[in-house]
Formats: sequence, structure tokens, C-alpha cells
Amino acid sequence: MRTYASRKMLLSALALLVATAAWGQDSAHRASDDAVKTADVLIRGAKVYTVSGRGTLEQGDVLVRGGKIAAVAASTENLQAPGASVVEAKGRALTPGIFAGLSHIGLEEISAESSTVDATLDFKAPAWDQKWRPEFDVTPAFNPRSTLIPVVRNEGLTWTVLEPASGDSIIAGQGVAVTLDGTLGVASRAALEGSRSLFVQLGSAAESHSGGSRAAAYMLLDQAIGEARSQGAIGQDALLHPAGRAVLARYLSGGRVVFAVERAADILEVIAFAERNHIKAVVSGGSEAWLVAPALARAHVPVILNVLQDLPTDLDRLSSRLDNAARLQRAGVMIAFSTGESHKAGTVRQLAGNAAAHGLAWDAALAAITANPADIFGLGATRGRIEKGQAADLVLWSGDPLEVTSAADQVWIDGRAFDMRSRQTELLHRYRGAKAR
Amino acid sequence: MSKRSVAFISVLLTSCAALPPAKESATSPHSAQPTPTSARAPYSSTYEARPSPATLIRGGTILTGSGNRLDGDVLIVNGHIEAVGPNLHAPEGARVIDAKGRWVTPGIIDIHSHLGVYPSPQLKALSDGNELTSPVTPNVWAEHSIWPQDPGFETALEGGVTTLEILPGSGNLIGGRSVVVKNVHATTYQAMKFPGAAQGLKMACGENPKRVYGSKGQAPSTLMGDVAGYRQAFADAQDYKRQWEKYERELAEYQKKNANDKEGSGEKKPPPSPPKRDLKLDTLADVLKGDIRVQMHCYRADEMATMLDVADEFGFKIVAFHHAVEAYKVADLLAQKNVCAAMWADWWGFKLEAYDGIQENIALVDAPANSCAMLHSDSEDGIQRLNQEAAKAMSRGVRAGLDIPPERAIRWLTLNPAKALGIDKQTGVLDAGKNADVVIWNHNPFSVYALADEVYIDGNLMFDRAHPPARPPSDFMLGQPDTEGTP
Repeated sequence: MRTYASRKMLLSALALLVATAAWGQDSAHRASDDAVKTADVLIRGAKVYTVSGRGTLEQGDVLVRGGKIAAVAASTENLQAPGASVVEAKGRALTPGIFAGLSHIGLEEISAESSTVDATLDFKAPAWDQKWRPEFDVTPAFNPRSTLIPVVRNEGLTWTVLEPASGDSIIAGQGVAVTLDGTLGVASRAALEGSRSLFVQLGSAAESHSGGSRAAAYMLLDQAIGEARSQGAIGQDALLHPAGRAVLARYLSGGRVVFAVERAADILEVIAFAERNHIKAVVSGGSEAWLVAPALARAHVPVILNVLQDLPTDLDRLSSRLDNAARLQRAGVMIAFSTGESHKAGTVRQLAGNAAAHGLAWDAALAAITANPADIFGLGATRGRIEKGQAADLVLWSGDPLEVTSAADQVWIDGRAFDMRSRQTELLHRYRGAKAR
Repeated sequence: MSKRSVAFISVLLTSCAALPPAKESATSPHSAQPTPTSARAPYSSTYEARPSPATLIRGGTILTGSGNRLDGDVLIVNGHIEAVGPNLHAPEGARVIDAKGRWVTPGIIDIHSHLGVYPSPQLKALSDGNELTSPVTPNVWAEHSIWPQDPGFETALEGGVTTLEILPGSGNLIGGRSVVVKNVHATTYQAMKFPGAAQGLKMACGENPKRVYGSKGQAPSTLMGDVAGYRQAFADAQDYKRQWEKYERELAEYQKKNANDKEGSGEKKPPPSPPKRDLKLDTLADVLKGDIRVQMHCYRADEMATMLDVADEFGFKIVAFHHAVEAYKVADLLAQKNVCAAMWADWWGFKLEAYDGIQENIALVDAPANSCAMLHSDSEDGIQRLNQEAAKAMSRGVRAGLDIPPERAIRWLTLNPAKALGIDKQTGVLDAGKNADVVIWNHNPFSVYALADEVYIDGNLMFDRAHPPARPPSDFMLGQPDTEGTP
């Protein structure tokens, strides 16, 4: 029972040899040419979860040309694709690339080693001397060669939103959605246009940044907004530098601001604050959001949540519930899921599966890690669905895409098929069956 | 990373990674003299299983916990498993549960938890898991920090956890004694304590102790400082143990002499005086005698090998390495030395010693003959879904070419942790005579969609999804607004 399947082992070993050779070539290729060519491909006979108005095609074909989805059709239509390589899905599930959540992927290599972490701006200024820096943007620190990227990509994740973490100010800074294709280039190459957002930390987690009271967060925010709207000279006691004024002003005319907030009463304050200031608000966290679901729905404020938050981790989260997602969805609130993890961002599928186990419709759970986050971050026209014209970010699964026992068999980003290797698969191959020395 | 995760990591970095109490581990060999105020040994368990009706769980798919799978019935009588098999007869008056289409497993055992010592809510007043005032604190006991009101006990129960080991954190080289508890609602920790279970000793390898103390400018600040710290502590314990053995020898001789000298003809000599009791060395001496089980936080393969040598030098046994992220690199060594490894399914990268984590770890550690792989949570979230974590680890192993059916994988949550805690005679397996710690799942537990429908501890229905709450909410959650909400 506990023996290795030895024939399988031999085959894997052979596959490893072949793959190793291919790997060497591939690396060499990439080093010399970072403009990766994508071949046209026809994925045939898949169960296609389009996450669009077309729903799910039980037997469908997807044609990828030039990195984009060129056609989606039922297999009975017998799509022809001369020159395209063919992948036989044999009934396996095909989904859009999965959203890795709000993360530090590419900003953080080893969490406890500060020299490898770039997600937080903290000048360690005393509160009375503090400048807010909304102009801080984590994007230039994004490292497409991070070892996290192949690891999470192998889990079916194709894009993430880089989230600056709050340092010594409730304004954490700006972040942007990036593709996880891992191609070396300036960070702006990986950035997905139209997704830039400002991140604000509120609630008990930010009290220490506003003099010990969450009420003062609004006092300071109002002061900063006044400065951003003012054309006057900048006083010595100003919260903002000129660059910060310019950046904040942009967000005050319909820009997207992600508020990390948990307590029901605080969420209502955020809704009112955003309406007052013409901000497109997004709630992240939202443990008690279900209590104010109608208000969120009315104000069209989406919620990015961790479905598994069910304990009163602090007094802001006393009413955490496992069916938060289901209740928000029923009330008409747009939801997306995020683990708050970077290394383990792949567990976002587990969140979706658990949401489905706790009352959320299965299709809505899949949408919460594909189309919904794309819509929330202004990317819905190009990502998050299997639809003609969308980027060919696709995942072929060994089983139910939300099931923990399923794995991604193949991942494509912009039509490029990845070899599904990572530092972790290298370690596995080195130590599988090895004797300790 | 969210604020929660940041807070989580900071905790993580220092948090860790029905028999008579025959040998109540609370009593050190040297505490025989205290004047008892009652018949009960101080700190011993006051848990008593409530009487429960005979129960027949009929027609489920049964994973016994020890490697077998069958379709059949589980009969519970007097809080114990009476029989497991097909077509069992329900005694008169028995409660009969239809488990057709459902799965039945032993209650889940989490060998690494900080529930109660790092409870929810994470308030300063409740942060009692690490005595970070000295790197060697075997004198402290996790049980004295437990807040029984932690709502995490309830959510863990809903995930099928019936037994857990609660340990001190990992900020110290030697962090203190752990305790095994039953996941029962109680006002005192003594009423949760698993009767007869030995205590453990939490020790920690690696980065945490050297960071905590190195940053204070004191030892240890390096890995070699870590090892010197363990060695000195056990050298002191050996000396302490010898002093007590010498005293006990002299006392026996004195008593013998007095008994032979009934007439009192000889000179009256005073009895030998005992050495001064040292609470730190009491614990370590009990480890040397094998009465306290060493549970050691250790990520890296090379450090595990070092610690096995330390244990050999001083003659104690390391029962299990916890957070053993690199155990797959020394799977054969661990099996050969009969040492268990407690692991996560997919944690990695949060510090350098976790950088080599792979998702096949548990499956690879499980592969050799005589292995003892376990899945642990170290998390108030993970403990609620250990079945899902096992499902991930199992499927990763299968994908890597290993043959791991559910009946084998369930051992990571049942028999193996029971063995590592020394409670496998009482629980961890659905076998006649064992405590009736049983979970009925709505379907195959190795799935993200699986939910525990019913959870029994010693035959008592502790959680019933169809009729929540089968167990009262913690005192802390009583009267909080909208915690249940309206559907």
C-alpha cells in the first residue's frame, strides 16, 4: 500500500530527464530573448467555464491566437485552426486564470528577511512629524524573477494585485495589478493598465497611525483631502508633499481606493466618506460586511474578503461568519476572494471551495476568483473570462477547479504555455526517493 | 500581505512555529512530600465523560484511522467503541444514526495548537504563549496559560477535532510543558485535560530563539548558541537527577537502618536532607526518565539531525519534530530513529528555515516503512480544516507517484498523532475498547466540500450541524451583538 508505483517512478524519472534538457534550453532561450513567442493553440474537448454570459460549455473548444482568445465554441461546431497546435483536454475543466488576491508576490521573497521585502513604506516618523506619501507606489519593486511566481503560477494563478502594506501611516500607498508571466522587464511591463489603486488601512489595525483613535483617521484624511484640493502654498504642518497632493487629487475624481476595514460600523463610515469625496471605494477584509450588505450593494462597493475568517480575531471582527460571502452575494454585493498570503496565494481556490460549501453558488465562487476581481480592478474587458478578445490566461485542471485535490495540469498566460516547474518541483525531484546523507 | 497576515506572522515567528492518572505528569519525582489537601493530585484532570446513550452509526464508509476502510457500522456503548463491522445489532434503546452515503472517522487529533494560550481575540491581556524572559523555561506549563473561553475551541470542534496538544510558543530553546486536552466545553482547563496523558516538553530549533535573544544582546544569538543552550540545560538536569538519586538511595538506607534498629540502641542520626527543588530541572529530569515527551519545533533537516545527536548525547528521546518543513530530506533517518514529524500541507517561505517547503513533504515522510507522518495546524484557522489540509497533502503525493488512499492518509490526523502523544491506547482509532471519539462527515472528508455533520467525544454528541449549537458558545461570545445573525 505504501510502496512507490515503481513503473510510474521510472516514467517520471524519464520525463524528468527530458524535461531537464528542455528546461536548460528554455532558460537559455529566455535569457537571450525575453520577447517570448506564443504559439497558436486549440484546446479541444474541455469543460469550459467561461465565467461570462455564456456560462459553462460541457464540451467546448477554445482557440488562442497571438496570445488572445480568438474563438470559443461548443465542440460540435468543430472549430478549425490550421497551424495551431492542439491540446486534447479530454473533458477536463478549463477556467480563466485565477486571481492571486491582494498580495506581495514579487515584492517579498522571505517574509522574515526585511532585506527581501519591499511592500511597506515606513519612515518611522513620529506621528506629529508625519508626512503622508500617497505617491508611494510599490510597482517598481516588483521582481518578475521571484521564486514565488512559478510556485503560485503552478497553482493556476495568473495575476495578482500588488498591495502595499501599511507602514507608519494609514495611507499605505499605491499598487497595481500585474501578470505573473515572470518575464524579465521593467515592472511597468507586467502592470495591467487601468488597475492602479490607492490602499488605505482603517480600523483597530491603524489606530496607532492616527494618534490612538480611529476617529482621528477621518480627521487626518479630511486634512489631506483639503490639502489635495487646495491650490494654495504648502504650509510647514502639511501632511502632503506636492507630489502627494497631485496623486491624491487624482483619486478624488473617481479613483479606486481600497479600504482595509473589518467592523460593520467602520464599513458604513467608509461608504459615507467615499460618497462625500467621490471615491470609488473597495472594501478589503470586511469580516462584518454581511451586517451592512444592503448599504454596500446600494453604494456599489465591492468586498474583497477571506472566506475563512470566522473567528473574532480582534474586536473589529466579532461577527465573523463562514457564510459572509454567501450573504453578501445574495444581497447583490460584488465579491472577490483574497487570502492575504503571498507564498500560499494558491489557497485562494480553497477559499472559493469553502465558500461554496457554506452556501455560495459554485459559479459565484469561481467568479469571485476570476471575473469579479477583474471587474473590480477595471480589467474586466481583457481578463477574468473565457471570451473572444480576452487575454489567453487559461488553466486546464486535473479535476474540479475549486477542489483541494485538483491541480493545474497546464497554465497559459497571454497564450504562452508554461512548463509547470518551480523551485519546489526541483526540490521534489532531488529528494524523491533519495537516501539521507 | 494583509495586516492580519503580518500579525499572524509575528505570532508565528515566536509561537512557533479514561485511565487513572497513574503517573500524573504534574508530579515530579521530587514532589512526593507536599501535603495533599484532597485525594486528587494537584493539576490533574477533572474531566469525566458524561453518560451517553448507546449509539449505532449505521451504513457509513468507515476509515478506521489505522489504515483500514470498510463499509459498515460503528457501535458505541458506554462511551467506548463496542464494535466496528458490517450489520451490527443495535442494543435496545440505542440511538441509531443513518450514515448511508456519509463517512465515519476517528476524532481528529491536532498535535500542535496554541488555542487558549494565543486565543481569539488576540488581545494583549490574552497573549500568554511565550515566556520570553529567559531562553530556557522548562518550569512553565502551557496549561497555566489556557483561556478556556477561546472561541477557537468551538470552531475546531466543528472541524472534527476532538483532542489537541496545546504547547508554549517557540521563542525559547526550551519553552515549557505542553498539555493534551479534550475539546470539551469547560470553565477550567483541568476539566479539559486528557486523563492519563503525559505532558510534553516544547523545545525549539533554529531562527526563533536566536532572534528573540540575539536581539536583546544575550545568548543564544546563533545556531551554535542554540545547541550550547540545550546541552547545558540537559547537563544540569543530569547532575540534578544524580543528586536526587543519591538522596533517594541515602534515604532508603537510613529508613532501612532505622527499621533494623528498633531498640534505638544506635546513635540517632538525622535523616538525609533532600536537594533543593528546582522547577526547571524537575521537568528536564522527567524528560531524562522518559516521563515527559519532547515535542520539538524544527524546520531544517540538518538541525533535526543535530538534535537527534543532542538527544543521544544526553539519553532522551525526541518524540516528534514539529513544523518539519524539510523532513522530506531526512525521511529515512526519521523512520529509522522512530521519530514522528508534524507538518503543514503547504506552508513555506515565511522565513528562511521554511524556504524549502514542498507540498509533497508529508507524502514523502509517510513513504518509508516505520514512518510516522502527521498533519498539524499551529493555527486557529488551519485546525478547523485539517481534513482539507490532509486532502491537499494526499493528492500531492498521489500526483508524485505515491500510492496514498484515504484510509492511509487519515492516519496523519488520527493514529499517528495519538502515538506521538502516547494516547493511542485510548483514542485515534475506531477499534473495540477505544474511547468513542468519532466524526461523521457529510461525504469523503478528503474534499473542500466535506463538512463534519456530527462529532462525538467519549460517545457524547458534542457537535451536530443539523442542530447547532450542540455545544454552548464560549462565555466570551455570549451576548455579543449579531454573532449569530438572522438568516
